[in-house]
Amino acid sequence: MSNEAVLHAPAAAGSLDHGHGEHHEHHHHETFISKYVFSMDHKMIAKQFLITGMVWAVLGGLMSVLFRLQLGYPDSTFPWLEDLLGKWAAGGKISPEAYYALVTTHGTVLVFFVLTAGLSGTFSNFLIPLQIGARDMASPFMNMLSYWFFFAASIVMLSSMFVETGPFSGGWTAYPPLSALGDASPGSKTGMDLWIIAMALFVVSQLLAGLNYISTILNMRTKGMSMTRIPLTMWALFFTAVLGVLSFPVLLSGFILLIFDRNFGTSFYLSDIFINGVGALPNEGGSAILYQHLFWFLGHPEVYIILLPAMGIASEVMSVNARKPIFGYMAMVASMFSIAILAFLVWAHHMFVTGLNPFLGSVFVLLTLLIAVPSAIKVFNWLTTLWRGNIRFTPGMLFAIGFVSLFISGGLTGIWLGNSALDIHLHDTYFVIAHFHIVMGVASMFGMFAGIYHWFPKMYGRFMNNTLAYIHFWVTLAGAYMIFWPMHYQGLAGMPRRYYDYSVWESFKQFAELNQFISLVAMIVFAIQILFLFNFFYSIFKGRKVTTENPWGSNSLEWTTPINPGHGNWVGEIPEVHRWPYDYGKDGKDHIPQTTPIGADESHH
Amino acid sequence: MTMFLITAVTVLIFLVIFQIAKASEYVAILKGEERSRKENNKINGFLMVVFLVLGLFGVWYCNKLLFNKTLLAHDSASVEGARVDSMLWITLAVTGIVFIATQILLFWFSYKYQESETRKAHFFAHSTKLELIWTIIPAITLTVLVVIGLRNWFLFTGEPPKNAMVVEVTGKQFGWIFRYPGKDATFGKKYYKQIDNASNSLGLIWDDQLSHDDLVMEQTMYLIKGRPVKLVIGSRDVVHDVGLPHFRMKMDAVPGIPTTLWFTPKYTTKEMKEITGNQDFQYEISCDQMCGNGHYSMKGVIEVLDQEEYDAKMAGMKPYYYSAFPDKDPSNVKPAADAAASKIIAKL
Repeated sequence: MSNEAVLHAPAAAGSLDHGHGEHHEHHHHETFISKYVFSMDHKMIAKQFLITGMVWAVLGGLMSVLFRLQLGYPDSTFPWLEDLLGKWAAGGKISPEAYYALVTTHGTVLVFFVLTAGLSGTFSNFLIPLQIGARDMASPFMNMLSYWFFFAASIVMLSSMFVETGPFSGGWTAYPPLSALGDASPGSKTGMDLWIIAMALFVVSQLLAGLNYISTILNMRTKGMSMTRIPLTMWALFFTAVLGVLSFPVLLSGFILLIFDRNFGTSFYLSDIFINGVGALPNEGGSAILYQHLFWFLGHPEVYIILLPAMGIASEVMSVNARKPIFGYMAMVASMFSIAILAFLVWAHHMFVTGLNPFLGSVFVLLTLLIAVPSAIKVFNWLTTLWRGNIRFTPGMLFAIGFVSLFISGGLTGIWLGNSALDIHLHDTYFVIAHFHIVMGVASMFGMFAGIYHWFPKMYGRFMNNTLAYIHFWVTLAGAYMIFWPMHYQGLAGMPRRYYDYSVWESFKQFAELNQFISLVAMIVFAIQILFLFNFFYSIFKGRKVTTENPWGSNSLEWTTPINPGHGNWVGEIPEVHRWPYDYGKDGKDHIPQTTPIGADESHH
Repeated sequence: MTMFLITAVTVLIFLVIFQIAKASEYVAILKGEERSRKENNKINGFLMVVFLVLGLFGVWYCNKLLFNKTLLAHDSASVEGARVDSMLWITLAVTGIVFIATQILLFWFSYKYQESETRKAHFFAHSTKLELIWTIIPAITLTVLVVIGLRNWFLFTGEPPKNAMVVEVTGKQFGWIFRYPGKDATFGKKYYKQIDNASNSLGLIWDDQLSHDDLVMEQTMYLIKGRPVKLVIGSRDVVHDVGLPHFRMKMDAVPGIPTTLWFTPKYTTKEMKEITGNQDFQYEISCDQMCGNGHYSMKGVIEVLDQEEYDAKMAGMKPYYYSAFPDKDPSNVKPAADAAASKIIAKL
């Protein structure tokens, strides 16, 4: 028996079944274009979002490696950098301009293209119809458009890397006047135009997607699937979509005013400006702070747009693999609901040091720290879900546990930063970098990894390699902590963000060795992500085949579809649902799928 | 060459890992997937405890290495900053306890309740009592933190003491300009369209008599130990931020919208040199808001002096008006008069 034969021997039965299923599903002929490119199948669109997100994650990650090179080795030169970046790294040293462009693009791309489109785009598309029991989204065409708007945004953003004056370099928050005035920074010239266009296209994509997700979840649930019977992933993605639909338009309006200020001589954000080499500008009466309000009115909900899907995925994966119901389903829903509401009421905590009215500031302190309550509820509920479970450490489960660990670590520092008097000291230091990278960046990445490992068998009918997954998990978890934990100390030394070089600063130069260490770990962690990608793509073609419909012993509906579901998901009738999805270990039974009717002698929970 | 070597080694390591991973999959299938899955489960369960122990050790070790490099190793340099520090310690105590407790529970539960044939998962879907406990306790704790925080917040953002001196700070790409009101203790008016980089960097309006004794300086700001100071902060171009890590204070500099910030310096620069044991110590002003490609170099210095030293320093400063109009400077008047006289003589 050859190795290949060993690997795929048990799959024989499954592939027969699979062939049988496919025969019934497809009555119309699909071309390559309609199946893989302009697909209207939510599962294919999910994969498109995922793989585009992965491309951006690699680019964004690589950018962080490049600027970490500068931070870790400020005195060294790397001749190969000049080959890669040309004039932006003349002599093998990244120029300040290139450094800021890298930092800015890293932020924009990771926040929007990877953790918004790549995370909620992938899992909303993939899971919503499958878990609520629908054949596709409410509007498959709009769904397709949402991907292609995202794709267009990607192309425009990518093209901004190649303009002569460089990509936008004023930070991902793009505060005017810096972002409004090409004379203040070369990156704010053509690069910024392209940045705004890309972001506007992205907002359109998110609105098309979000409206679709909401209407699908509200209207297209299968028989018996009441709102209290949908898995927590659905609740999470539902709230995510609501947040996006209500807050992205505000960002767009902020951008439109910025476009006017940039190109049409208005003064929404500009006032009393004198630029070296240009002189005094005519603009008077605008407010640079107005932009910050508009930006953070999206910007803060955005944090939860990123985090909620990860919370939902972690809840689902954790319950399945602890073989126990998620603890406090209703409390989980209620806490996500209150997080979603509060997400709109805390934006100004990003602006405590802009000189805002102290009374207003105090209201935002109160509301911000209030978010810690639902967050605490969620953490304790996850812990109780693990308690007295029978835990299987599948790769998905490992990442779900890692997610909770990171969410705790990063969430707790939110209590520091949300308290304005303390924020005055820590604002815009590395403490903030540590905080949001752990809680929003890495934690959400972990949620995404948990989702990918868990639903990979449903996506491609194969498993990913477990050994590679374990290595991926442990190195990434340890590495993430080694990168970001020491940054708290840099923050407590007052070290500001977004500095190209700290060596001239008496107050901050003591961290040279630490910066080197962090950069080294960052490179290793980045390399391990490449290993993950390799595992992903290799497994699509060569992974162990899935042989049963329900490999994890899960209750939710997606595992009642054929191993390789076609467009339409179920062969024949969509199953009816009789119970919530978390009956694990009930009445001595390992799991009871949602499609099983309530037995006469069944206990109530 | 080194680059090539590093790449080659990385690729090699990848190949080795990949081969091991692939082999383990074959072994798993030959051995029985269920059995090897259970073995892996035990390994990962064990690693949970290993990670917990190593992680907590790492937290301790990191603190040991880095604590003395932070500002917390020394007293705050401002009276108000001491309140920030005490608040920081309270917050650290609260979040630290929660951090350690929850991380231990998380990894310990993962280890303890790993899959075992002898155990059945306990069906436990909800408990109103537990939910209430972990809603109310965090809510109360946070209320305490909010109260402490807001008391400080209203102090910091409130009016400075009556005896506070006032200094105007203006950010520009990429440096700081400081203005003192001079003997009349009042700033003269300014308008940004009057700015002229050579002679009027702030755009002072010379028609306003109050501006004639204003002192303008770049790079270094002088403050008095024990005397509260109110900074009136503005920007000439983009948004900057006056970052004062040693005083635990920070405020944005926004074009068109003045902001304020006040604090009371507690130690002179000389005293801080002794406290920190660093002879090169200086109070640095860092720009904390992304302001362009020179952001990282936008540095100012504050020198805190005793009252006498300060008075001596200020006595030597000339109003900015005289550098704009050297002929109005009393110390230049004499040569100017001479020149005028010689002109008259020449005419004669």
